[in-house]
Amino acid sequence: MVNAMIIEPIDDVVVAIEAIKKGEEVCYVLDGKTLNFTALNDIPIYHKAAIHDIAKGEPVRKYGEHIGVAACDIKAGEHVHTHNITNHRENLDAK
Amino acid sequence: MKFYGYKRPDGRVGIRNKVLILPASVCASDTTRIISQQVVGSVTFNNQNGCSQVGADQQLTMDVMAGYAANPNVYGTVVVSLGCENCQMDLVVKAISERTNKPIKQVIIQEAGGTLKAIDMAVRYAKEMVAEASLLQKEEFPLSELIVGTECGGSDTTSGLAANPLIGRLSDLLVKEGGTSILSETTEFIGGEHLLARRAATPEIHDRIFEIVHRYEKALQMVGEEVREGNPSPGNKAGGLTTLEEKSLGCIHKGGHTPVNAVYDYAKQVDPKSGLVIMDTPGNDPSSVAAMVAGGAQVVVFSTGRGTPTGNPIAPVIKITGNKLTFATMEDNIDLDASPLIYGTKTMEQLGDELLNLVAEVASGKQTKAESLGYTEMAIARVCNYV
Repeated sequence: MVNAMIIEPIDDVVVAIEAIKKGEEVCYVLDGKTLNFTALNDIPIYHKAAIHDIAKGEPVRKYGEHIGVAACDIKAGEHVHTHNITNHRENLDAK
Repeated sequence: MKFYGYKRPDGRVGIRNKVLILPASVCASDTTRIISQQVVGSVTFNNQNGCSQVGADQQLTMDVMAGYAANPNVYGTVVVSLGCENCQMDLVVKAISERTNKPIKQVIIQEAGGTLKAIDMAVRYAKEMVAEASLLQKEEFPLSELIVGTECGGSDTTSGLAANPLIGRLSDLLVKEGGTSILSETTEFIGGEHLLARRAATPEIHDRIFEIVHRYEKALQMVGEEVREGNPSPGNKAGGLTTLEEKSLGCIHKGGHTPVNAVYDYAKQVDPKSGLVIMDTPGNDPSSVAAMVAGGAQVVVFSTGRGTPTGNPIAPVIKITGNKLTFATMEDNIDLDASPLIYGTKTMEQLGDELLNLVAEVASGKQTKAESLGYTEMAIARVCNYV
């Protein structure tokens, strides 16, 4: 059952559209294909989970844009929120 | 698509027909409350400002007062001042007259001989004005006459996934009909300002978008604060939003996909039939809604993930959520459920047409949930402390 969604193909995270328990499969559709990974934590409804590993200091992408920087190494399947992302104000004038 | 509204002498079209009892300052606000309670068909609000403000701060208050009086949902205005405040009666009347030629009456409490005499005078003026207003007949108008304010409050992840994109769809449809959509909340452009600037109609508007964002951040830094201290809020975070950038990237969906044709300062009068425009307002909902209504918005479309009751004294506020749990628990506050977009049970085209229909119905007189509950809270943005 699809229980998550991805906004842009380049995103690092999906959004849970149902509450997902630790150990359950996170299931989302990209380009007509159904993809899966295992949740490493409980993912509350409408919260984010990492699709793949994100190294500490790397930008985290949602909407195809940077929403912050990984505060520590984040593993695929981990709940992504304030405990592992920090704010980073980028200069966007030239973008 | 058309709606039934009220033609005003200044050429604008209202969707409600209220008499405004306008307090020129905090010192007249209890008096206007008592006056409005005596006059069915009138509205007022608590003006916390109007005195002891530096120039730039007073200007925000003056623009909201003048804009409320000029808003086409208002038939006419009874201005009530104490008499000694900085927002002097002649200044308020001049500011209103620069925006509209609608009926206006004045009562100065200190000159009228105190509270009871001022109330007596203002109640009589207001009752006469309501009687005149009640004679007006509605006429049919195209949607191009509408200025729609867009706002998001109590946001969560679903705001960016469903409710704000749906408002963006409405904005695109309204712009196609020749109307006007206002995108607001400058603090919630932060992290997405480059995406808006790319859609600027001219290089000047492009630069203005960056300017209002940087100006806002700097103004807070000048008093040693950061915009992120209160934004995202605890409720935003509980709803899955992690950073201000993430919230902003969801917020700006309310602007749809059309070019940005203008950037207005807080509460300045917006030209009708302008397509998509931006107004520089705070993320704080009541003061942002107040600015757009002062700009001439007859109706506000408001997304909420957590569930926000916000109304307005002058303009109906249509509430939309993308969160199926919030719609289930707070249906008494929310006019439209956008969550089918997330679960694929309705398309954007279907829900966009539903929302456009709802806006036309509300414009023709249908009560919103916030109106039926009597919600009229509002605030006016501030530059700095009182003096």
